[in-house]
Amino acid sequence: MKIVVCIKQVPDTAEVKLDPRTGTLIREGVPSIINHDDKAGLEAALRLREQFGGTVTVVCMGPPQADIALREALAMGADDACLLSAREFGGSDTYATATVIAAALKKIGFDLVITGRQAIDGDTAQVGPQIAEQLHIPQVSYAEELRLEGDSVIVRRQFEDQAHLLKVKLPCLVTALSELCEARYMSTYGIVDAYKKEITVWGFEDLKNDLNPAWIGLKGSPTHVFQSFGKQAKAAGTRMTGLSADEAVAAIMDKLIERHII
Amino acid sequence: MDFHLSKTHLLQQQLFRTFAETEIRPLAKEMDENEAYDPALLAKLQKYGFLGIPYSREYGGAGADTLTYTLCMEEVSKVDASTGITISVHTSLCCSCINNYGTEEQKQKFLRPLLDGRQVGSFGLTETNAGSDVQGAQTVAVRDGDDWIINGSKIFTTNSGFADVCVVFAITDRTVPAAKGLTAFIVDLKNTPGVTVSENIERMGIRAASNCIVTYDHVRVTPDRVLGPVGRGFKIAMGALDCGRIGIAAQAVGIAQGALNEAIKYGKERKQFGKPINSFQNTQFKMAEMQTKIDAARLMTWRAALAEDNHENFGPLAAMAKLFASDVANEVCRFAVQAMGGYGYCREYPVERMLRDAKITEIYEGTSEVMKMVISGSMKLK
Repeated sequence: MKIVVCIKQVPDTAEVKLDPRTGTLIREGVPSIINHDDKAGLEAALRLREQFGGTVTVVCMGPPQADIALREALAMGADDACLLSAREFGGSDTYATATVIAAALKKIGFDLVITGRQAIDGDTAQVGPQIAEQLHIPQVSYAEELRLEGDSVIVRRQFEDQAHLLKVKLPCLVTALSELCEARYMSTYGIVDAYKKEITVWGFEDLKNDLNPAWIGLKGSPTHVFQSFGKQAKAAGTRMTGLSADEAVAAIMDKLIERHII
Repeated sequence: MDFHLSKTHLLQQQLFRTFAETEIRPLAKEMDENEAYDPALLAKLQKYGFLGIPYSREYGGAGADTLTYTLCMEEVSKVDASTGITISVHTSLCCSCINNYGTEEQKQKFLRPLLDGRQVGSFGLTETNAGSDVQGAQTVAVRDGDDWIINGSKIFTTNSGFADVCVVFAITDRTVPAAKGLTAFIVDLKNTPGVTVSENIERMGIRAASNCIVTYDHVRVTPDRVLGPVGRGFKIAMGALDCGRIGIAAQAVGIAQGALNEAIKYGKERKQFGKPINSFQNTQFKMAEMQTKIDAARLMTWRAALAEDNHENFGPLAAMAKLFASDVANEVCRFAVQAMGGYGYCREYPVERMLRDAKITEIYEGTSEVMKMVISGSMKLK
C-alpha cells in the first residue's frame, strides 16, 4: 500500500508572540516544527505500514527551509519525501495550496492520503478536504481512529458530542486529529539515514502539466487576508476584598448563580 | 575551523533535547529519591537508539559520531545526570572495548545486542584497593583447560544492577606489573553461575544510576570471551577511559547548563527589593561568568570529540575537557543554589540534586588529580 502524508512546517506557537504594533505574528527566532495534527497523521501511516507493509511518502509545500521538517519525517521512519517549492507557489491560499499538492499527489500516486486536520498557524482545516475534492476521491475529516480492512479504511470521525464510524474504499483522503495517535520520536539512526536520503524537490516546471498557473500562488488565490489582528483581551475581573471566608463563599455563589453557571 | 554544528547534529540535538524534556525531566526527581532507574525509561533510550550512537551500523549502532554522542550526553544530563552516566558507561566504557578490541565474531555476538537496544553493558575495573592505582587489583583469572576461572570483586560497577554484560578486568599474570598482567573478559552478568551483584551502593549523587559491587566466585569464562590479547587489559581499560572522559566532560557541561538555566528561570520570577533578582547587576555578571565558563567547557569537549572522530591522539584533550568541565559543573551548581537561596537548597527545585550530582564528575573515570597526571604526562615536562 502506498500512503502519502501531507505535512506543514509551522512556527511553534508555544513560543510565538504578536507584534503589539502590527498585530502580526513575530516569526523571527521562533523554532519551526511539524504541525501537530500532521505528525499524528504520519504516525498513523507508519503504524499502518508496520502492520500491512507498503511505503510512506511525505509531501510538504513550503520554502526551501521546510527541508528540515521532511528530514524529521524521514528520521521518524518515512521512506521518502517530496518538497514542493517554487516562487510561483508563494502566497497561495488554501485553494491554491490544495491545487499544487493535488497535482503533486497525482504524479506520486497513492492508495491513501493522510493530512492533518488543520495547521496551528492558519486553523482553516480546508486544505485536506480541498485536496480530496481536486483529486475526486472520498474524504473523511477529523479522524480520531483509523484502521485498514481489505481495500477500505474504517475511520472514526470525531464530533463534539458524538462520533461517526465510516468505512471508505481506497483510494481516499483522511484528515487526522492529533488525538489519532501519539507520534514517535525520531531515532538517532533514523536521523543518520534521513540525511543520506535525497529529497525530491518539485517546482512549477515539474508539475506544469497538471497546473494552471492562473489558479496558484498569490494571484491565483480566490481569498486574500484582509487584515490580521490580536484578539481583544478580556476586561479585568471584579475584585472583592475585605470579606470573611463565609462572605467570600456567599459572594462567589451569588456570581455563579447570576451567570447561570450553577 | 567551523564552530557551527551541522544540520545532522542540530537535528540530533533537537531529538535529545525534546526527549530529555518530555521523557526524562518528569522522572528525574522521583528516580533520585527512589535510588532506582526507571526500566521503562531505559527501554525508551534503547528503542530510540541512545545506546549505540557513535558506532557503526554494521554492528547495530546508529552510525553517528562522537560529537553526536556528546550532544546526547549534554542534553540528557541537563535534566538528569544519572541518565547521562547510564548511557556513558554503556557506550564509552563497555562498548568501546568490544568495538576496539573485539574480533569480528565477538562484535557480532556481544557488541550487536548492546548497540541495537537489546542489552545493557557495564565495566568492571575498580576494586576496593585499586582505584586510581590499578596496581592494587586482586581479581584474578586462571586457566582451566581452555577456559578461565575468575575470582574477585569489583566495586562501583555502574549499570551492574540491570546490565546484561560486563567487561571485567582480571590479573592473569602476577609475575609482571598490572600494566602487563591484566586481561579483559566479556562476562554475562545475568546467567553466569558465581556472579553476584550487590544492592545499589548508597551515594551522595547520581542516585538513580545503578552502581553495585559485583563479586566473581569461580566464574567460568569460555575462551571466546577473552577480549583482546591476554595481558593487554590495562591498555584496553585506559583506552576506554580516554573515550569515557569525553562523555563525562559532556555530562558535566550538561549539569552546569541545566543548573544555570534553572537559576535564570527562577531569577526572572523571584522578586526581592522590589524587582526580579535577574535585574541586579551582580546576578547578571555572575550569570555571564558562568555561561562563559560553560561555553569554554563545551568547546573543549567538542574538540576532544572531533579529535576522536578524526582518529587523532585525543587522550590528553579528553582529560583537559573533563578536568575543566567537571570543575565548571561544580562551580555553576554552587552558584545556582546560592542564586536561588533557600529554595535552591530545597528538594522542590532540581539544583540541589544537580549540585550533589556534579561532584562525581571530578571523581569517576579518573579523578581531577589523575586528569592532571594524564595532561602533564603529555607535556614532555621531564
